[in-house]
Amino acid sequence: MLPPTAEPARFQRASDQSLLIYFGQQITPQAHQHVRRLLRLLELQPIAGVRNLHPAYCSVLVKFDALKLRHDDLEQILTQYLGRLETAAVPKPREVEIPVCYGGDHGPDLLEVSALHKMTPAQVVDLHSSTTYVVYFLGFVPGFAYLGELPPALVTSRLATPRRSVPRGSVGIAGNQTGIYPVSTPGGWRLLGRTPLSMFQPERNELSLLSIGDRVRFAPISPEQFAATERA
Amino acid sequence: MRIIQVQSPGLLTTVQDLGREGFGPLGVSPSGAADPISLRIGNRLVANPESAAALEMTLLGGAFLFPQGATISLTGSDFGATLEGTPLDLWKSKEVSPGQTLRVGSTQSGARCYISIHGGIAVKPFLGSASTHLLSGLGGYEGRALRKGDVLNISEEVSSFRKKTIAPQALEQLAPRKVLRVTPGPQSEWFPESSLRAFCENTYRVAEESNRMGLRLEGQPVARESNSEMITEGVSLGAVQITASGLPIILFVEQQTTGGYPKIANVISADLHSLGQLRPRDEIRFEQVSWEAARSLLLQQEQLLASDGLIVG
Repeated sequence: MLPPTAEPARFQRASDQSLLIYFGQQITPQAHQHVRRLLRLLELQPIAGVRNLHPAYCSVLVKFDALKLRHDDLEQILTQYLGRLETAAVPKPREVEIPVCYGGDHGPDLLEVSALHKMTPAQVVDLHSSTTYVVYFLGFVPGFAYLGELPPALVTSRLATPRRSVPRGSVGIAGNQTGIYPVSTPGGWRLLGRTPLSMFQPERNELSLLSIGDRVRFAPISPEQFAATERA
Repeated sequence: MRIIQVQSPGLLTTVQDLGREGFGPLGVSPSGAADPISLRIGNRLVANPESAAALEMTLLGGAFLFPQGATISLTGSDFGATLEGTPLDLWKSKEVSPGQTLRVGSTQSGARCYISIHGGIAVKPFLGSASTHLLSGLGGYEGRALRKGDVLNISEEVSSFRKKTIAPQALEQLAPRKVLRVTPGPQSEWFPESSLRAFCENTYRVAEESNRMGLRLEGQPVARESNSEMITEGVSLGAVQITASGLPIILFVEQQTTGGYPKIANVISADLHSLGQLRPRDEIRFEQVSWEAARSLLLQQEQLLASDGLIVG
């Protein structure tokens, strides 16, 4: 049974070749279920003329070939899909454990985050690694998993000035989200630690280690374990 | 196999085709040529499929030796190219003899110039495309910009053909624009009427730190109605997002797939190739058009690109 979202699905034109579908305006498990099921249906039964899909927390952006489809046509077809979300068989979520070396050079913001919340670094690590997170979607850059939700006591604003370069594998927090940088990019999330795992690997069969809907837990490791895993 | 030896790579030269659509669910944006119209025409001038892989040069070209020769075309902006000292016309196919070197200088007009080679450049495709995605180091030639000493393979050509050039009136119609036409963005309503008006009246300057991910603009900041927080959502190519500082960023070919800034407008499909020819410090403006106008401009453009009279012998 698919629980309803707070509001019915809403269409919004994003460009002359894309359409957004919103499942409400809140990050909720219900909205996530709708996003996941629509994505699944669109992958299993692709619409002719649809070129790309960008899932997010409570929306999906559909990019289409404007020579083949109009917004109105697409809305009509998508309305039929929305009526069949119940029938979408989504894969059972996998449970994935991500080793993380917290603090030190690998987690340069751990001390500041601890201070902001009047906790010890060990308490922050304990909270962050004792929660099971849901992969809401992959976005931003290849393989970046948006994980939610952080324990309320860890909700932290972004850095005022984003870093020019965040090392790949860095585990950060922003608002009530946490995530792992799969490639080195600029970034404004506060960095608690780093994983030695490759989150996105072109040579691998499964390009991205994580998929939408997966359940994730972080397991603290020592700097020595980090180095050993990275070498392996 | 025929090869190209990179004697000097220029400022930022990458292998590009028309990009990889369909991998948004993995966070992978399409990448591909910044000025896809120049790439498509360049390929047609050398009898390739429009989507064949070519070299995209940025602001400053380079020197390329063709030990076995090749048939090439240069399209896009005029970078003052010469073949063994003889100036080379844009928008024309040209026979390069074995051992000749193509030298491409710095731009005299827009940001990008393409070298298309009969047969196309052979690289291992990543997710079905040869295009380089610089940020993630994927695709193209080892996932990076070309360096001195690199050796590129040319795919075996399939057909022979006569010399070709482009019809001049078509070129005029496809010329890159500095007034970019836009449709409303998904958060247009977040901006007061005065901001929407100012957005289309202001002149913006392309900032130095612009790249294939996005074009940062400088000028009058755009004021927002409320400071409500956006929930991260999918973003489209050509989206004009307004950052916290009020300055616009236009999302480009190597764009992030999702983002959390409100979008005031979106560049229409028919003007996306113009973005690829904008240089730092260029001045641009925005002009609002209707959804219908955006669609008919794209249809006209595609009809022109598909017309028999575009490429002439």
